[in-house]
Amino acid sequence: MAKADFEVPKLNKYPEIPPVVPGAMAHSKPYVAKPAFQEPLNFPGELPEDWKDGAIEAMGDLLGKYRSLRVHLDSCVKCGACTDKCHYYLGTQDPKNMPVGRQDLLRKVYRRYFTFAGKFFPKLVGAEDLTEEVLDDWYSYFHQCSQCRRCAVFCPYGIDTAEISMAAREIMDRIGVGQKYCNEIIGKVHKIGNNLGLPEAALADTLEGLEEDVEEETGVAVKYPLDVRGAEILLVTPSADFFAEPHVDGLIGYGKVFHEAGVSWTLSSHASEAANFGLFIGSYENMRRVSLRIREAALELGVKRIVFGECGHAWRVAYNFLHTLAGPLDFLDSRYPVPQHILEFTWDEIQKGTLHFDKSANDHMVITYHDSCNVARASRMGDEPGGQFKIPRNVIKAVCNHFVDMAPETIQEATFCCGGGGGLLTDDLIELRVKGAKPRVEALQNVIEAHGVTHMAAICAICKSQFGKVLPYYELERDMIVSVHQLVSNAIVLTGQDDPDQGERDPAEVKGESE
Amino acid sequence: MSPLTIVFALLFYTATLLLVVGLVRRIRLYAKTPAPLKIATTPAPINRSGVVMRMLREVVFFESLFKATKWTWLFGWLFHAALVAVLFRHLRYFTESATLMAAVTFVGPLFKYLAFVMLIGLLGLWVRRLAVDRVRYISAPSDHLMLLLLLLIGISGAMTTFVAHTDVVAVKGFFRALMTFNFDDMPNLPSDPLILVHLSLAALLMIVFPISKLLHAPGVFFSPTRNQIDNPRERRHLSDWARKLES
Repeated sequence: MAKADFEVPKLNKYPEIPPVVPGAMAHSKPYVAKPAFQEPLNFPGELPEDWKDGAIEAMGDLLGKYRSLRVHLDSCVKCGACTDKCHYYLGTQDPKNMPVGRQDLLRKVYRRYFTFAGKFFPKLVGAEDLTEEVLDDWYSYFHQCSQCRRCAVFCPYGIDTAEISMAAREIMDRIGVGQKYCNEIIGKVHKIGNNLGLPEAALADTLEGLEEDVEEETGVAVKYPLDVRGAEILLVTPSADFFAEPHVDGLIGYGKVFHEAGVSWTLSSHASEAANFGLFIGSYENMRRVSLRIREAALELGVKRIVFGECGHAWRVAYNFLHTLAGPLDFLDSRYPVPQHILEFTWDEIQKGTLHFDKSANDHMVITYHDSCNVARASRMGDEPGGQFKIPRNVIKAVCNHFVDMAPETIQEATFCCGGGGGLLTDDLIELRVKGAKPRVEALQNVIEAHGVTHMAAICAICKSQFGKVLPYYELERDMIVSVHQLVSNAIVLTGQDDPDQGERDPAEVKGESE
Repeated sequence: MSPLTIVFALLFYTATLLLVVGLVRRIRLYAKTPAPLKIATTPAPINRSGVVMRMLREVVFFESLFKATKWTWLFGWLFHAALVAVLFRHLRYFTESATLMAAVTFVGPLFKYLAFVMLIGLLGLWVRRLAVDRVRYISAPSDHLMLLLLLLIGISGAMTTFVAHTDVVAVKGFFRALMTFNFDDMPNLPSDPLILVHLSLAALLMIVFPISKLLHAPGVFFSPTRNQIDNPRERRHLSDWARKLES
């Protein structure tokens, strides 16, 4: 078990709603961004003297720009429907981690400065002046929200705490109080092209290494191309896919699928990142700048399609916002979805029958599937609503013999966040991340005990990294977490592939066996 | 006209004006504020008729609340449904239409008891607000006072039906005169305390409507997480302020 200087929550057989413990997580704060990390994002470096006016002005600006913020700050009736829905509340018991408790940190200031009742009867309606203590609370608790939108599903008015957290972070950024983790990373994307700051040469090197590994293992020369002009497909994938386990096994899988499908594809060194942390800090301008890199890369390379790798919030930004931020994308082939998810691509190919699998390659695993919050509640795959639940499961079942779902109230649209999303995947928030993972790990533990589940598949770089880090705190193995395309990669039988046991096998024959 | 009648006439004109102007301004603000990004909570409908159905389920059945918590849903839905029925029955004070009057008379024997359902709903919500530590934590004084206000309106109204009748013909004459601006035959408002309490609090409710959490009523229709069509790959969605960034 990983060492913790805080109490790791106990897992229960049945989910329970814990009592409130005010202030339980007031100490949790991520590192503040230094001026050097603020300026590339066009934010001031330090808190100015007139920061209160600046914050109120920023709030007014956002109220005029975002209907969600305006309507959601007005509409709450404090019914309490959301109070037991947030994984951070369930894991920490801090009432300011109840979605409405979090919203109220901003709402009380909104009421004080922007509503009649709050201006004239502040005590009556719970309105408060903006003070240093309030700002302190903002910084602490708006960095305890992973913007997973589970609360928004259950709110009778669709009030979305993610929208409110994003607005709060944008307000803080505009008065020079940014979060180091997010803002440093966004700076790297602006400057180098990916979150990890991986330069082109290193990227090329890594991909070459992958090609060697795959060829050594399979005997087939699967290519992992970079900056190939005229390729049909541009693959945009989170940079974690380039080196970290289990992410890279997913990337190996995408390459094998493209290879078998017989399409030409390429990665781009200019847009070597699917993630878009501009979303997390609520900054339309930064989110747009990051997205435009993808448009530029697609135009420069002359591709016809854009496909996104396994990444939750990246898929939200791609699916819902790419046209808005970096459109029009009418230079791409309109016969295919623009953009397309790698799972949509793989599922299409499976249905066409171009891929052949030996499902027994995954027989050492009993798999469950973690719906990533942004894919589940903020995007779609395929033509039908809910395709984002079906298609990943269809693909897993096509390549694995043993699949079990977790409890229904913890999957699909009610899925629990991994605890590390929304710009919180940083070591300075490890206590929050461990505690926030509790509801998901609890559901996982229950299927481990009931069905002998050995692995959990995910399609999000943040989920994969987060689980790898926090599972050991719950006495589970860090390598329980796998990429969906890792499972695909394990089972796929490449045309002409060596088989160490039986010599060269005919893919069609293998397919027959597995059915 | 008695001084009391004049005071209440002025009160209801003021309350109506504040309610209408306040709501129109707020709704216009909601409508004018752009929603620059597609943020529907998915799975979401992929066409307009689907969105209409989603909104209908939300407004009529409180679908999301049902998913969230059965007790709050039960009391909340009972209160709202009974309120609609009771308000419908109040049409008899405002309309001369024979059809509407016939409808009100037809449902009257049943609907008048729904006042108790409404009160049960409100009490249930209040008990929950006091008893559940999470809900108690998020409650401001105004959240309790709003329940008190609605309860008092309901109790005083129910008492005029079940305990001490008021002169309903005079009440109707009063409101018809206000609505038609024809004050020649305006009867004096009955002066029994129950009806005066009921009317004063109803006017207060109208006044606070556009400046309170009752804005959830128009708000739900403008909530982008519920009213957007899930079609971002088919259509580009661009707000005016975002368009300016492109030049």
